[in-house]
Amino acid sequence: MTMPESYISVEEISAAIPDGALIGVPKEDGGVAMAVTRALIRRNARNLRLITVPTSGMQADLLIGAGCISEIETSGVAMGEFGYAPCFRRAAERGTVTIRDATCPAIYAELQASEKGVPFIPLRGLIGSDVLANRPDWKTIDNPFAAAGDPVVLLLAVRPDVTIFHARYGDKYGNVWVGPRRETVLLAHASAESFATVEEIFDGNLMEDEKMRAGTIPPVYVGGVALAPRGAWPMALYAGADRDGAALKAYVEAARTEDGFAAWLERNVLSHQAAA
Amino acid sequence: MSETAAYSREELLICAVARLLDGCRNIAVGTTSPIPGSAALLVQALTKGRARASILGSNVHNPFNDGGPELFDRAGQGRVDAFFLGGGQIDGEGNINLVGTGPYPKPDTRFPGSYGSAYLYFSVPRVILFREEHSRRVFVPKVDFVSAPGWSPPGIHRPGGPYALVTSLCLFRYDRERHRFRLDGLLPGATLEEVRDNTGFDFDCPETVGPVAPPEPDQLALIRSRIAGEIAETYPEFARARLGWRG
Repeated sequence: MTMPESYISVEEISAAIPDGALIGVPKEDGGVAMAVTRALIRRNARNLRLITVPTSGMQADLLIGAGCISEIETSGVAMGEFGYAPCFRRAAERGTVTIRDATCPAIYAELQASEKGVPFIPLRGLIGSDVLANRPDWKTIDNPFAAAGDPVVLLLAVRPDVTIFHARYGDKYGNVWVGPRRETVLLAHASAESFATVEEIFDGNLMEDEKMRAGTIPPVYVGGVALAPRGAWPMALYAGADRDGAALKAYVEAARTEDGFAAWLERNVLSHQAAA
Repeated sequence: MSETAAYSREELLICAVARLLDGCRNIAVGTTSPIPGSAALLVQALTKGRARASILGSNVHNPFNDGGPELFDRAGQGRVDAFFLGGGQIDGEGNINLVGTGPYPKPDTRFPGSYGSAYLYFSVPRVILFREEHSRRVFVPKVDFVSAPGWSPPGIHRPGGPYALVTSLCLFRYDRERHRFRLDGLLPGATLEEVRDNTGFDFDCPETVGPVAPPEPDQLALIRSRIAGEIAETYPEFARARLGWRG
């Protein structure tokens, strides 16, 4: 199938994300928009704020290493089996990026509050942790419905300015299919705007197809779609098996030093002008 | 693999962890946890599916299909019996630190982050701490950052908490009344003295400490024939390098 006329380019997506924006990104196996990430680095994006849902790997590490990020809310950034995330670690130890440490269900809950349009949401756990102690935006109240004292934490709703993700299919009607990646659906619902890259074009209308409809995000949530085959590379599009382990390992090894990271970035990102 | 033993250290650890899961129906395993994941899959296989393993990152061995929040929602309902956590630092009260050493927010060494610990440590009844590196760097008198506390004062809603701690040297059980670990078994080659030398916190110790029980033949056969392949879906590098998987 040919590319639908309404589709935009990866570069147009990166240009539509202003410096300073709060960007929502799905976790490592959730359809990571790596092609858009590389385009953001090429356009020299600055002061982006990232909320990882709920964690991240190479995407956050690359953006941090390239100097695109001023702040990140996350439950964890690591390279999975390949070890720690070198740029994230360096930035944290030098204090060059503000890290808002969270815990996975708290990030989901912050977005669920935004999805519902309510100002805050309660969450169990957290009490007595330094995660909570370092989050002045979260409050502990006494459960107003309990007979005896029952402290519970309230989290503020978080509405990302824009969410970026990669998905298996897009159709010519602007629908995007993420299948079982419900956290990506949550992100799209909770964000002011979303942009998707898709692996391939679906022949037909995803909203018309009974098997596809439940896993589809309709265009009321998606401001633009770009066709980007292997747009999650080297991350997996679906499950771990299709990730490029050799590329991830090579990245971790290169990024252990700043010079190594700079050389990797030049070779794999900066020298590929306007290439996804 | 060891030259003399009929099983590897990985196989022994998988079996030791599997025993701690006895009686659990819903066993969830989080990120970067190949040995706990293998143990959960082993229990699932041994119970013929009565115990259900949920391996984060797996499509086949994960009964959840409603996205990331589902595991936490289910744990919040009390419907996850066991989970695994690690820690860059773990102290004698069971506090865990997955964030970093030294001052916060600009640590000396930054770890990845707290992941689900600040929630699941509260909500899952049997949290097994799994940390292979047994050193004073890891097992400290007091953690520098509390990702999740080992215990909570009365009045805090807390059905969950630590149950055991498994290391490359030994197995500890956690006493929830006293908020302390008690040494429960030694791994082959490890001595009580070695455990004391490499543990920065004080722990309880019975008069005699026995060895951690070796794997049963049926467990070993299952690990080699089936579990290695099953865990390889999520952890191919681990399965290849440490379980001899040749898929």
